[in-house]
Amino acid sequence: MAKITVDGKVFEVDPNNNLLQELLSHKQDLPYFCWHPSMGSVGSCRQCAVIEYANDDDQRGRQVMACMTSPREGARYSMDKAHQFRAQAIESIMTSHPHDCPVCEEGGECHLQDMTVMSGHTYRRYDGKKSTHNNQNLGPFIGHEMNRCITCYRCVRYYKDYAGGTDFSVQASHNHTYFGRFQDGSLESEFSGNLAEVCPTGVFTDKVFSKVYSRKWDLQSSPSVCAACGVGCNINPGERYGTLRRVVNRFNDEVNGYFLCDKGRFGTGYVNSAQRISVNMSRSAHDARPSEITPVDAKAKLLAMKGNAIGIGSPRASLEANYALRALVGKDNFYAGVSDVEFGLLNQVIDIYQNRPVHIASIKDIEKCDAILVLGEDVTNTAARIALALRQSVKNIGKEMAARIKLPMWQDAAIRTLAMDKKSPLYILSSHATRLDDIARQVHIGSAADSARIAFAVAHVLDSSAPAVTGLSDAEMALVNSIATDLKAAKHPLVVSGTSSLEPALLNAAANIATALGNGDQRGNLALCVPEANSLGLMLLMDGSQNSLGKAMQSGARQAIVLENDLYRRAPSATVDSFLSGLQQLAVLDHLQHRTGEAANLVLASGTFAETTGTFVNYEGRAQHFYATFKPVAAIQSSAKWLCDSEFGNEPRIHILTGGAAAILPNGYKLQKLTPGADWTFAGQRAPRQHHRYSGRTVMRAHLNVHEPKQEQDEDGLMNYSMEGVPATKDATIFNSPWAPGWNSNQSLFKFQKSAGGELKQGSHGERLFDENTGAKAWYAAVVQQAAISGFAQFPIYHLFGSEELTAQSEAIQAKATGAYVALNPADVARLGLGASDGVQVQHNGAVPYLARASITPGTVGISVGLHGLNYQNMTTAGVSLNKAANWQNPKDWRASNIIVSDAGSSSAYGRGTQG
Amino acid sequence: MSNLIASTAPKARQLTHEEIHDIEHEKTHYPYAQAVGLEALKIVQKYQGWVSDESLLAVAEYLKLPPDELEGVATFFNMIFRRPVGKHVILLCDSVACWMLGCDNLKAHISSKLGIDYGQTTADNQFTLIPVPCLGDCDKAPTMMVGDKTYRNLTPARIDAILAECKAHG
Repeated sequence: MAKITVDGKVFEVDPNNNLLQELLSHKQDLPYFCWHPSMGSVGSCRQCAVIEYANDDDQRGRQVMACMTSPREGARYSMDKAHQFRAQAIESIMTSHPHDCPVCEEGGECHLQDMTVMSGHTYRRYDGKKSTHNNQNLGPFIGHEMNRCITCYRCVRYYKDYAGGTDFSVQASHNHTYFGRFQDGSLESEFSGNLAEVCPTGVFTDKVFSKVYSRKWDLQSSPSVCAACGVGCNINPGERYGTLRRVVNRFNDEVNGYFLCDKGRFGTGYVNSAQRISVNMSRSAHDARPSEITPVDAKAKLLAMKGNAIGIGSPRASLEANYALRALVGKDNFYAGVSDVEFGLLNQVIDIYQNRPVHIASIKDIEKCDAILVLGEDVTNTAARIALALRQSVKNIGKEMAARIKLPMWQDAAIRTLAMDKKSPLYILSSHATRLDDIARQVHIGSAADSARIAFAVAHVLDSSAPAVTGLSDAEMALVNSIATDLKAAKHPLVVSGTSSLEPALLNAAANIATALGNGDQRGNLALCVPEANSLGLMLLMDGSQNSLGKAMQSGARQAIVLENDLYRRAPSATVDSFLSGLQQLAVLDHLQHRTGEAANLVLASGTFAETTGTFVNYEGRAQHFYATFKPVAAIQSSAKWLCDSEFGNEPRIHILTGGAAAILPNGYKLQKLTPGADWTFAGQRAPRQHHRYSGRTVMRAHLNVHEPKQEQDEDGLMNYSMEGVPATKDATIFNSPWAPGWNSNQSLFKFQKSAGGELKQGSHGERLFDENTGAKAWYAAVVQQAAISGFAQFPIYHLFGSEELTAQSEAIQAKATGAYVALNPADVARLGLGASDGVQVQHNGAVPYLARASITPGTVGISVGLHGLNYQNMTTAGVSLNKAANWQNPKDWRASNIIVSDAGSSSAYGRGTQG
Repeated sequence: MSNLIASTAPKARQLTHEEIHDIEHEKTHYPYAQAVGLEALKIVQKYQGWVSDESLLAVAEYLKLPPDELEGVATFFNMIFRRPVGKHVILLCDSVACWMLGCDNLKAHISSKLGIDYGQTTADNQFTLIPVPCLGDCDKAPTMMVGDKTYRNLTPARIDAILAECKAHG
């Protein structure tokens, strides 16, 4: 640490950081634009100017940019003396900025507004013409208003340098500098939504939010967790007038940091869907019309099933809801609502995490890793935020090179120039080209079984006590050796795999490599992706029970309660049909209607993540608490509350259910640490969900009734559905959204962090439930089941936009999604005699369009998962027969242009050339 | 939403043998093909007079660069023409020395003679007039370039002669 003096005040600072970051860490109000904690410094905006004095006698000093300055021990600086320069710099920036704040989506949370006020530029002297630009249509997610640009370069540094996007650039120069695409077109990066938060003003805005816009201060918000995949990114949803308006990032140092993927950000439209189940329905017989019933009757009917019904849990429902169902039906009658294959895979993940000496890698850990093997997981589509983290991992070589020549780590442009195209090693073993191939040292395309064999061999090369594999070709052995060499040489080697390839051997092989990488106290990093927000939470609640969905369907039960689940997405249609038809009574609790719900006698309207409070357990076993953002209409209840009988006092506070689950989960006691406690108050008051500037409360219902209704009560405690209470201005784990005096934008976050860009003052949200296993190395046998295959060997293809059940019901996601299809090698396309607009008959499972992809091995077929038009669960055999479909016409939802692939030689989206 | 790009969106053209030959030669000077971006644009401009969308896409495809990135290069340098120019591009210096010695009058003269303003091209596609900040020839101001030739100590009469000569040698 170094001691510096700034305007007479003494600060202890880290000399390895830049001066701006250190002053922000000391909560000083120093304006900036181009600096970003995740992206370092380039010194382009000239806003963080300070005066640096050479010595005690120096009265004049010299002006430096704080973000480009390493603080020197004993040095003297002044922020005040550079105030005028900063005001002039911003005055110059503002000459072309329109006065459109009242109609700008950024208004009220605009970093430019904040900095302009802070720098003291309050009066416009410039009366010349402003430069104007054409805006581009950047697709369904991001709005573009170039006239507002202040050329801080953050967008292009984020989109290209940080997120690896290639279809966005800075164009032209000086007063006509332009940030956009070569031509209009949908942004291809899966992380484009972060532009809206990275841009300090209103150039890039959330287009989905724009359509239902509300000021930040008018949104009711709460700390929440994304329900769209197994990563568990922290989010801040915002509500107004009973509808969910938008989702923004909520900082969690160890998970999502500052960034979300586009599925999480734009995929919550289903909460407001017209298809929402908003009333409770019952019918006496299967063929009768359902009729609406009161919540009281609905609950009575549901609870009447106790003792007779089995319960089918859900990997997308909260821990509390699953626990309540388990408590209602009893442990022995509680079944996991995941496919049988997934049931086995998830149990395997838990077994590996609990019993193997590996380090479960958080995203923060992943970003530190410097040699990576991605094993059969298309992370960009199954766990997108991890893909963004891997794009940072491969940059570690640049940081290492920089350290060698003593270049500070915040020197963003310098480090990039130094590294040029050098990347830390990343290997991908996959059944098809993936979106990370552009950063991979080597990509091996083969079946999941082939990948597993190669991976077992890598483990054996790393540690000869690990089981060996025979019969690999010379080329495969060469790959094995280079992977092993790079992983061994790395300081922080990492294996990323997951359940999506549906191949048990892959998980075992990944575990063997991570085990083999262990060395003394250091354990190899392992990240195993799981499909859904609470996949691991559900499986941990199973507590070793072997009650799979298949067993439920063979149980002979005559009554069943299905929690937030469409069984047709979990098992073959015929199996589900016969199970459902054998039931006398079926109760379904869910948000949106589906085939299972249509078969139910009792349908209960259950709240989404945005309307309920609960806990999810993510891919690393991190339990995270999410708070309801708003209260839904009276008929909608949280599943957890629906399922509670008098044993819990009918409608218990949520922490009672959390406590129940805690008794079952490993290290369950940690769940108590997730919240400050249900009875937490500050100065006798709870925390507000609404901003202290929330407006219109007394008039928002005036067209119905001039009397202001009572504010909604939150029985679960902690937070109010109102402005009342003490804003948790110091505690970011229970605030509605980040705000600090003078800092209305999300840049205010540094005020809640220990050091700017670092951990929150309260630490990282979430509790990791798995203890690190420190036992001796143990190996899984290198056994890979190779089924005899007739026809095409099939493998699943996932889509970030469309494969997940709920987000696929959101309009914005649909605009980027496509209907079901199969992907084939061009040689097979020719072999099957398929013309450009032909379809493919997939066994007896209907016909779908096809996509020719050069990276797919001839003789294999990729089959889309979860997309409309083909039920992947019906693909029950390893080999499938394909034929040209008769009388084929491509369905309307087939949008090949939405599929972005990176295969060499395939036509990429938007008519662009391929990029490796 | 269907594809945002209309079917009229520009497509890469074929590079000519000469262009490919010259680009390949430039490639030998650089460690990465991508580093040749700017030189390749200059080569295309040498043969085509300007860089059309179709040419830019062709170069991007040939060098395996994202067109967006190459567009950033192409538009940064104002001597890469992304719009059609006339046969003769007049670069009239409007920097300090030339300004003191009356380049404004020369500009007015050219404009009235050719009927074009800065950034415009004559209807017969012969001349394009563009201002340039400095040609490094201040001791012989006012100056201008036409094509790759520099003209010094300009007067309206001299300009008339130069333009006439250009036209004559077409």
